Amino acid sequence: MQAYLDNSATTPLCETAKQWMRRAVEQDWGNPSSLHEVGLNAETLLSDCRAALAKALRCKEKELLFTSGGTEANNLALFGAAYAQQKNGSRILVSAVEHPSVLKAAQQLAAEGFDVRVIPVDRFGVVSLKDVEALLDDKTILVSVMAVNNELGSIEPVEAIAALLKKKRSRALFHIDAVQAFGKLPLSPQKLGCDLLTVSAHKIHGPKGAGALWIKPGVTIRPRTFGGEQQNGLRPGTEPTVAIAGFAGAATKVAPEQHLARVTALRDGFVAALRKLPDVVVNSADDALPYIVNLALPHHPAEVVLNFLSDRGVCVSSGSACAKGHRSPVLTAAGLDPAIVSSSLRVSLSTETTEAELQACLDGIRAALDTIRRKG
Amino acid sequence: MKKVILVKNGEIVLKGLNRSTFEDILIKNMRRRLAPLGTFTFRKSQSTIVAEPDSDDIDFDEAVERISRVFGIVGFSVAAVCEKNIDDIKRTALEFLGDDLRNVRTFKVNGKRSDKKFPMTSPEIAAEVGAHILSNIHPLKVDVHEPELTVTVEVRDQVLIHGNQRKGAGGLPIGSSGKACLLLSGGIDSPVAGYMMSKRGLMLDAVHFVSPPYTSKRAELKVHALAKLVSRYSGRIKLYVVPFTEIQEAIKDHCPEDMFTLIMRRHMMRIAQQIAENDGCKALITGESLGQVASQTIDSLACTNAVAAMPVFRPLIGMDKDEIIEIARRIDTFETSLEPYEDCCTVFTPKHPKTRATAAMLEEAEALFDFAPLLERAVKEARYTYLEA
Repeated sequence: MQAYLDNSATTPLCETAKQWMRRAVEQDWGNPSSLHEVGLNAETLLSDCRAALAKALRCKEKELLFTSGGTEANNLALFGAAYAQQKNGSRILVSAVEHPSVLKAAQQLAAEGFDVRVIPVDRFGVVSLKDVEALLDDKTILVSVMAVNNELGSIEPVEAIAALLKKKRSRALFHIDAVQAFGKLPLSPQKLGCDLLTVSAHKIHGPKGAGALWIKPGVTIRPRTFGGEQQNGLRPGTEPTVAIAGFAGAATKVAPEQHLARVTALRDGFVAALRKLPDVVVNSADDALPYIVNLALPHHPAEVVLNFLSDRGVCVSSGSACAKGHRSPVLTAAGLDPAIVSSSLRVSLSTETTEAELQACLDGIRAALDTIRRKG
Repeated sequence: MKKVILVKNGEIVLKGLNRSTFEDILIKNMRRRLAPLGTFTFRKSQSTIVAEPDSDDIDFDEAVERISRVFGIVGFSVAAVCEKNIDDIKRTALEFLGDDLRNVRTFKVNGKRSDKKFPMTSPEIAAEVGAHILSNIHPLKVDVHEPELTVTVEVRDQVLIHGNQRKGAGGLPIGSSGKACLLLSGGIDSPVAGYMMSKRGLMLDAVHFVSPPYTSKRAELKVHALAKLVSRYSGRIKLYVVPFTEIQEAIKDHCPEDMFTLIMRRHMMRIAQQIAENDGCKALITGESLGQVASQTIDSLACTNAVAAMPVFRPLIGMDKDEIIEIARRIDTFETSLEPYEDCCTVFTPKHPKTRATAAMLEEAEALFDFAPLLERAVKEARYTYLEA
C-alpha cells in the first residue's frame, strides 16, 4: 500500500482538475487573445476559470492575476509592491519562517537598497504582534507574513496583523502567502484584511505551473515582466490555459469546512499515537493546521527514516521539498535544537488522506525505531 | 566540404610487434565511441589512423569531442579532403582554415607529397598554397621556424589539408592492459582514480556499496551518473551495486565502535575482490590518498591492504585534494560528486576512529562475529548494470 503523506510538497490531480484540463487541451485550446471564434472559446474558458477561482477565494474575478505558481506570485507581490510604494518609504517586514520565494526575494530587495527587517518567531515558528509592532514604523511600505507555515503547520496571526496595521494607520501593504492555507482553512482575502494574497494550484490537487495573486481593488503594484496586454499588462504573456483550467477545476472542489473536523480528528489520533512512542518528539503545535505534523526521531537522521519509510511505501519529507536535503531554516529559526532539526520529518495530509495511511506511517515509524541503528 | 579525423597514436608505436594489436584495439575503441553518431571507416597509414565518416550528416564536432577523450591517442587533427588538383587544394585550404588563419599572425605551409604521380613537388605545393593564403588574408606573415599555425597539405591516395594538431587524451588504449575493478563511492576521489587507471589502458568494472535505508536511492543514481561520466573516457563500465546494510549493522552490533570504519573497508575490499575475480579483473582500484582521512593513514591502509590478494592501484595516493579536484573538474565529475546525498552513513561513523590499528587487532575484532555468510550473500546479491555515455 502506498501512503502519500507529503501533500504540502504537492498533491495528485483530482478528477475535476483533469476534466477541466481536458477541455483546455481538446476543445478550447486557442489563444484567449485571438479575435476569432477559436480564440473566443479560449477566452470563455479563461473567464470560467477566473470565476471558479474567485468563488473559491470569495473575491471578485478582476482581482485575480494568474501566475506560473506560488513562487512567481510571491515575487510579483514583493517586488511589485516594494517598487510601487517606494515613494512612501523603504522598510519591508517579513517573518523569519517565510517560504524561500518570499525570503530570497526580500534579500534581493535588501540588496537593491530596501530596509528589510525580519520578524522573529517563537518555538512554533509563530510571529508575535508585539514584534511586528516594534518593527513597524511610518516608513514601512510592505509586510509579508504567511498564513500557515509550510513545515510546522503553525497558523500565523495574519488577521490580527492586518488589524494592527489598520489601527496604526500604516500605509504598508500587507501580503499573505496563503499557499499552504488555501483549501484547508476558510479563506477570504477581504475578510483577512490584506492587500495581496498568494495561492498555488498544485497544493489543492491542481497541476504544477499555475498560481494566482489576489490584489485588493485600488492597490497598485508594478509589473515584473513586460510584454503584451494580457492581465492588464501586470502579468503579460499568453495565459497557460491548460494549467489554469486545472487550477480552476481543483478550486471548484475546495471546501475547507467540509474536511476540517475529520482531518483534525485524524491528526489528533496520529499525534496521540506518536506521543506514546519512545524517542519521538512532536514539533508542531497542538493548535497548528491539522494538515501538517512535524515530528522528530532525535536518534536518527531524517533522511535515513525517510528512506526506510519510502521503502515501505510511506512518503514523507524531511524539511520542505524546496530545500531538497538542506537543513530546515524554518526549524532553525524557531530555535529548535540542531539534533532535532536534522532528525525532523514532515507528515502532511490532504483532504483525501485516510486513517489507514496514517496507520501505515505509524507502523513504519515503529519499525524504524526497532530496526534502524541509532546514531553514534 | 568532406572532413576526416587524423589520429596519431601515442606510446603504442613503441611497442614493437604488439603495435598492430594495439592499433586494432584503438580502432575498435574509437569505432565504439563514435557509434552513437554514425558509422566510420578507419584506415591505418604509418603512424596515423584516418577516421572517415560514412555519411555526410554526422555531428562532426561531437565526433571530435569524443575522439579527444579516447585513450591511446597522443594527438589528432581534423582534415579537409579535396580533389587532387592545385586549384581545389588552394580553395579548400582557404575555406577550411580561413577562420583559424585570421586569428593568428604567422603561419607556414607544409607540403607532403607521397603520391609521386602528382605533378608538383612538396616545396612547390607549399609555396603555391602559401602565396594564395597570403594574398587573401591580411595581415599575415610567413614564419617557417615558429609559426602559430602550420597548414599541412598531404598528397597521398587522397589530398588532406589540416591545421595544428590537437592534444589527445594520451595513455594506452582501453583494454590493452586488461581489466580492473574500481571501488566507486560517490565522492570526489574515486571517479578520478577510475579515470586515471583507465588512462593506462585498463577496462573498468566498478563496485558500489548501498545500505538502504541509511543510503538513499538518489545516492545510488548519483553513482550511476558518475560512472557514466567516467565512461566517456574509460568506455563502458560494468557497475556492480552491492547490498551492504546487514554487514554494516552487524559490525555496529558486534565490533568495537572505533574500528568500525576499518572493518567496513576490509569487508568492502573482500567483497570487491571476490566480484573482481569472478569477472576476470586482475586488480582493484581505490581513490585513497595518504593521510586524507583516518582510514587512509599509512597504518589504516596497511590494514585494508592486508585482505587483498590482488594488486590494489591507488593512483591518487600522493596527490593533494586540490590536485584531485582539478582533475575532477577537468573530467566533469566534480559537480556531480558534490551532490548532497553522499553520506547518510553518518549513523555508523565512529566519533573517534582508530588511526593506528593493526591487521592483528582487526582480525581479532572481526572474529567476534561470523561475517563469512554475510560476505558471501553480498557477493551473490550484487546486481550489475552497464553504463556507457
